[in-house]
Amino acid sequence: MTSTVELLLPLLAGVPLLIGGALFAVPGQHRLRQVAGIATLLGLTAAGVVLVALTADGSVIAHQIGLWPVGVAIPFAVDLFSALLLTVTAVLALVGAQYLIVSGDGREASSIPLLLVLAGGVAGALVTADLFNLFVFVEVMLLPSYGLLLVLSRRGSVAGARLFVTVNLLASTLFLGGVGLVYAVAGTVNLGELAGAAEDPAVALAAGVMLAGIAVKAAVFPVHGWLARTYTTATPAITAIFSAVHTKAAVYVIYRVYAVVFDGAETWQPVLLAIATVTAVVGALAALGEATMRSLLVFQMVSGIGVILLGAALFTPLAVTAAIAYMIHHMISKASLFLAVGAIEETYGTGRIDELGGLRTREPLITAAFVVGALSLVGLPPFSGFVAKVAVVLGAAEAGSALVAVVVLAVSALALVAMLLIWAGVFNGKRNAEVERRAAVARIRRREGLLDDDAVDDATVEAEVADALERNDPPRGAVDDDPHDHRGTRIPVALALPAVQLAVVVVALGLGGELLLSLSQTAAAGLIDTGAYVEAVMGR
Amino acid sequence: MSLALTIGLLIGAGVFLVLQRGMIRIILGFVLLTHGVNLLLIAAGGTARRVPPFDGTDAAVAADPLPQAFVLTAIVIAFAITVVMATFAVVGRRDDDTESDDTVGYDTGSDDTVGDDRPDGAARGAAAASRRGETR
Repeated sequence: MTSTVELLLPLLAGVPLLIGGALFAVPGQHRLRQVAGIATLLGLTAAGVVLVALTADGSVIAHQIGLWPVGVAIPFAVDLFSALLLTVTAVLALVGAQYLIVSGDGREASSIPLLLVLAGGVAGALVTADLFNLFVFVEVMLLPSYGLLLVLSRRGSVAGARLFVTVNLLASTLFLGGVGLVYAVAGTVNLGELAGAAEDPAVALAAGVMLAGIAVKAAVFPVHGWLARTYTTATPAITAIFSAVHTKAAVYVIYRVYAVVFDGAETWQPVLLAIATVTAVVGALAALGEATMRSLLVFQMVSGIGVILLGAALFTPLAVTAAIAYMIHHMISKASLFLAVGAIEETYGTGRIDELGGLRTREPLITAAFVVGALSLVGLPPFSGFVAKVAVVLGAAEAGSALVAVVVLAVSALALVAMLLIWAGVFNGKRNAEVERRAAVARIRRREGLLDDDAVDDATVEAEVADALERNDPPRGAVDDDPHDHRGTRIPVALALPAVQLAVVVVALGLGGELLLSLSQTAAAGLIDTGAYVEAVMGR
Repeated sequence: MSLALTIGLLIGAGVFLVLQRGMIRIILGFVLLTHGVNLLLIAAGGTARRVPPFDGTDAAVAADPLPQAFVLTAIVIAFAITVVMATFAVVGRRDDDTESDDTVGYDTGSDDTVGDDRPDGAARGAAAASRRGETR
């Protein structure tokens, strides 16, 4: 059984890439693209689940590509850590594709194929055990992202997309330079052969250059500033997918390299701890100053990445367990929130907190999804965030870092404030007087394929507003000047559904916290003691 | 030594160009940067520390094949990305600037087209206007 699975490992990256590539060749076939895209991502999810099941006992599945001898071949290796992340990214890409389709972005001919290439690149980055190959897959992951930012940009200006390309390319170049240096001092880029090699300061320095490059992609303080400026320029679905995929793949690389090459060396603990803590605090504070829902959430994400990296810094079994559980929770909760606010932005034509209001009584589905995601992010039971955060705090306390535990709690409080900012501005309060008008403008722009800075004729807007008010009759008892009157624009159920689905997963992970933690524990054990991983990579 | 100096020069010039605002300069900067890194990869090669991977090769006359494979791959990727970046330089409506004058993510534009005739008595409108003023 396992040997067949080994042979199939390259397909994890190969199949999405091939199908994605083939779909470029069939322009005009919306239905085919959508079906093939969803089917491929479902397949990837299923493959992820199978791999989780196979590696749940701590075993590692490895394959030497092309069956070349060990040391010559590029090794692919899957342990529980990569399998878990693979599954979660596949699920989020799937929900992202669903959102792309229902929001109308899926009609853009290249969006679904690009998403598949992105998924293939991520799968490759998560399973490869060769640093140069990792660079290649990170590039494979980034190229479709550039394309997605470009084709789904709704603004005349593509400055944000240009910034994304520049920052990521610079980080990739730095990473590649680091890989070159590692080869120069260690004579190999095979993770198996590099196990523990960072005892040699030269290798540690070379790998450090590599990690500095990848830290930019992970948006770690002090190189996090590009994130909020770029993620928010494309459509909400893209923000959700990128947030789940890009930064987390980078965090995966940091964990993997630190665990295997550095062997979790204590020498670097103070540096990592400082970086992780400051990232957590800075992200949480910066979020409070944001004017739009998405940029606020992006800074919250920076904060979350800091919390995830605490595990790498402390590197005790409990801390790493907590970090992996937190990472899974964070990816799902965050995507749910991004899709929830995305549905609002899509429908009401604005993401500014001060331009919305009163959605609580109008949009029960989105409100429920937001509340679940927000409370999970803060870390309240019964959601996944509670389980993960308790583990993080316990892990920090057990490692003797009371300060870190306090910081995590403080960051949670700041997250609560951030979520309350959105709640107060968007869900509570009165409806904004201009809301119908903006929603109408957004609908007209979407219908006519206009960009966000194209002018829309006033008369058309008036007609659209009147039409929307006509269509949804007021509920019984509502009077005309009631601020809560339910006429006018509502978020379509199909658009709200992706966020709601993920909110259900968040609740399930919270209630089934035992499973989440036990899987994370096995995955963490594989990172603390990399023996099994190294042996599998070396074909022993 | 000359190789190290060349790499340093290329990367230095590349970084200088990447720090400019215009996209075309940034692209040229990346071309130089990738040349520098490719030279670094080639310089990383050496046959001293490993046996030739394939039987029948004399280590004395063999070059290290791995960095060459790396560089070949890196060149292809760099080429592809240069093309993508060149596309980024020409799409978009105004110029090839990387810093737009109004909205880069933070302040999503609700100011154009609909903003002009909204009831402006609200303090909120004034606050939004002043915030926009700052970002310009």
